[in-house]
Amino acid sequence: MSHANDTVITKSDKTDRYQHHDYYGVDQLLSEDHLLARDAVRDWVKQEVSPIIEEYAEQAKCPVHLFKGLADIGAFGPSLPLKYGGGGMDEIAYGVIMQELERCDSGLRSMASVQGSLVMYPIYKYGSEEQRMKYLPKLGSGEFIGCFGLTEPDHGSNPSGMLTNVVDDGDAYILNGSKMWITNSPIADIAVVWAKREDGRIIGLIVEKGMKGFSAPEIHGKWSLRASITGELVFEDVRVPKANVLPNVEGLKGPLGCLSKARYGIAWGAIGAALDCYDSALRYSQERIQFGKPIAQFQLTQKKLAEMITEITKAQLLAWRLGSLANDGKASPAQISMAKRNNVHMALEIAREARQIHGGMGITNEYPIMRHMMNLETVLTYEGTHDIHLLITGMDVTGLNAFK
Amino acid sequence: MKLLVCISKTPDTTAKISFKDDNTQFNGDGVNFILNPYDEWYALVRAIELKEQKGGTVTVINVGDSSNDIIIRKALAIGADEAVRVDQPAKSSIDTAKQIAEYAKSQSFDVIFLGKETIDYNGAEVGAMVAELLELPYVSFASNMDSSAEHFVLTRDIEGGVEEIKLNAPFVVSAAKGMAEQRIPNMRGIMMAKRKPLNVIPGIETSSHTGVKSFTLPAEKDGVKMIDPDNMDELVRLLKEEAKVL
Ligand SMILES: Cc1cc2nc3c(=O)[nH]c(=O)nc-3n(C[C@H](O)[C@H](O)[C@H](O)COP(=O)(O)OP(=O)(O)OC[C@H]3O[C@@H](n4cnc5c(N)ncnc54)[C@H](O)[C@@H]3O)c2cc1C
Repeated sequence: MSHANDTVITKSDKTDRYQHHDYYGVDQLLSEDHLLARDAVRDWVKQEVSPIIEEYAEQAKCPVHLFKGLADIGAFGPSLPLKYGGGGMDEIAYGVIMQELERCDSGLRSMASVQGSLVMYPIYKYGSEEQRMKYLPKLGSGEFIGCFGLTEPDHGSNPSGMLTNVVDDGDAYILNGSKMWITNSPIADIAVVWAKREDGRIIGLIVEKGMKGFSAPEIHGKWSLRASITGELVFEDVRVPKANVLPNVEGLKGPLGCLSKARYGIAWGAIGAALDCYDSALRYSQERIQFGKPIAQFQLTQKKLAEMITEITKAQLLAWRLGSLANDGKASPAQISMAKRNNVHMALEIAREARQIHGGMGITNEYPIMRHMMNLETVLTYEGTHDIHLLITGMDVTGLNAFK
Repeated sequence: MKLLVCISKTPDTTAKISFKDDNTQFNGDGVNFILNPYDEWYALVRAIELKEQKGGTVTVINVGDSSNDIIIRKALAIGADEAVRVDQPAKSSIDTAKQIAEYAKSQSFDVIFLGKETIDYNGAEVGAMVAELLELPYVSFASNMDSSAEHFVLTRDIEGGVEEIKLNAPFVVSAAKGMAEQRIPNMRGIMMAKRKPLNVIPGIETSSHTGVKSFTLPAEKDGVKMIDPDNMDELVRLLKEEAKVL
């Protein structure tokens, strides 16, 4: 990554005072693995990320060194088998890990979501054994950074209309087209790219950095997910060996299968952002004195806090149930859509309420609120927009497609 | 080297403290419990480092019921090889020490590690008692362990300086800050910990000579009084009459 004016970011000495909130004893629904995983990630975040995140976000820089830390703690593909660089854990463990990462920052969670669910997962699920052995251990250990290219400048919610395409050239495909809004792309070693074959079917290819005709310029000027790097993928007659095609999937169900995984993680992750806003608002409201008493004593503040913890609790139960379904292999894409949509929106609403409770302080980077709020605008849109997920539920309950 | 680390469970530092049974028992309802930080960050990690340096095994021991298994799992996830849980609630320092000594005496450990204290009762008693029961040398509050030679050199921070103690294994040591640095378990460690042995053994009968009469919470702190920087007389008056420090 090239940055004009590189300044060194050091750890601030401000401590992360986040405390655990479990209003309904949801912890009792979790296993030892889940609790240990969650606490480990929380400790790591408090030590390594909380002290630097505000600065990275403010400077719109990606803390690239954290890929190694995320790998060491085991945040990449925790539910993939150990043999392939995963953690051999269940889906709820994956969920609580995402929650703890997003408790700190949605950009941090995005780094892990993309690497685990959108890059490692398709290679594991749709790849050949050689591809698995070639890429997965390196992705799991953070040696390789990956990205996922589906969205295009003219095709966001409607990926089936994609223009990126491949033409058969013997032992390789010639890839042309471009992808937009790709998390991690400028720093990625490999990209899982979805493109149309001459027969119109969508296939997945592993494109490696350095392949001739392949570039990944950075997108600047984001007011959201500022600590996560986003870019384009540009393909100009890139010769991709056929050995790099994911052999075991064709059609839109390939990328959608990955998105289901990642959306599942977001349904959990968003709770983390909400909890952080609630935690900060609760503490601030007890410490901030106006009219001679803590503002937490005013009914209007209590209404906000009470509604926040109610919504968080509902979201926790939704995520937990979704996790149980996912462990049984029974979480449908529509059920995942409902949880993603509900929980992200809930988190964004809570960020806005929490911002009010913090008064003027709420707009500064003394508190994490505005950062979460701005991040959540992306989370509301990526991996299927808020409205698209609603239409998925609508289609599921009516049997009628309102997309087209 | 055969290494033993004594670990205990304590309330999280943010826990709300209350008592039950006529103020003779800590009320653990709704409290989040953790592995005692001195045991985890310093004793356990230093033991693991020693094993990494010299080979051997790290065993952790805990006296308590099955609700303690999660903190034991954490110790295994961080890198201990096996665990022993003496299956009865920890009653007192001397009882805990007797249970640990009973297990340790048949095992000939080279070094027995403990944290310098638990962060709940801050007793700092068990280490000395274990050492005495096993008739082993004891170094308390060690902030550094030099294990580069055949013998060990332990450092203790004392008032106005440091004390260095040279000794040979076997011995008992309680670890203070500085001994090692926290190691956060990773997902692999957490999953591997499931496959490591956790042996549950019965406790022995012990007699107790002490008991808790009652616990009382400290008086609530008064709010901070702000005094105008120009009003020195008021400051002096308050220090004299209210704080009674002058
Ligand atoms: C920071 C960031 C990171 C991202 N990372 C990745 C990545 O790594 N990989 C990747 O492939 N993509 C990524 N994306 C892209 C993201 O998934 C898309 O932005 C998203 O799918 C929406 O597409 P769009 O932006 O083109 O919006 P559009 O599809 O143009 O949508 C605009 C609006 O129209 C609405 N709309 C569209 N169609 C309908 C309809 N049929 N009915 C009703 N309303 C409709 C939408 O809900 C939305 O409100 C990222 C985006 C951002 C912002």
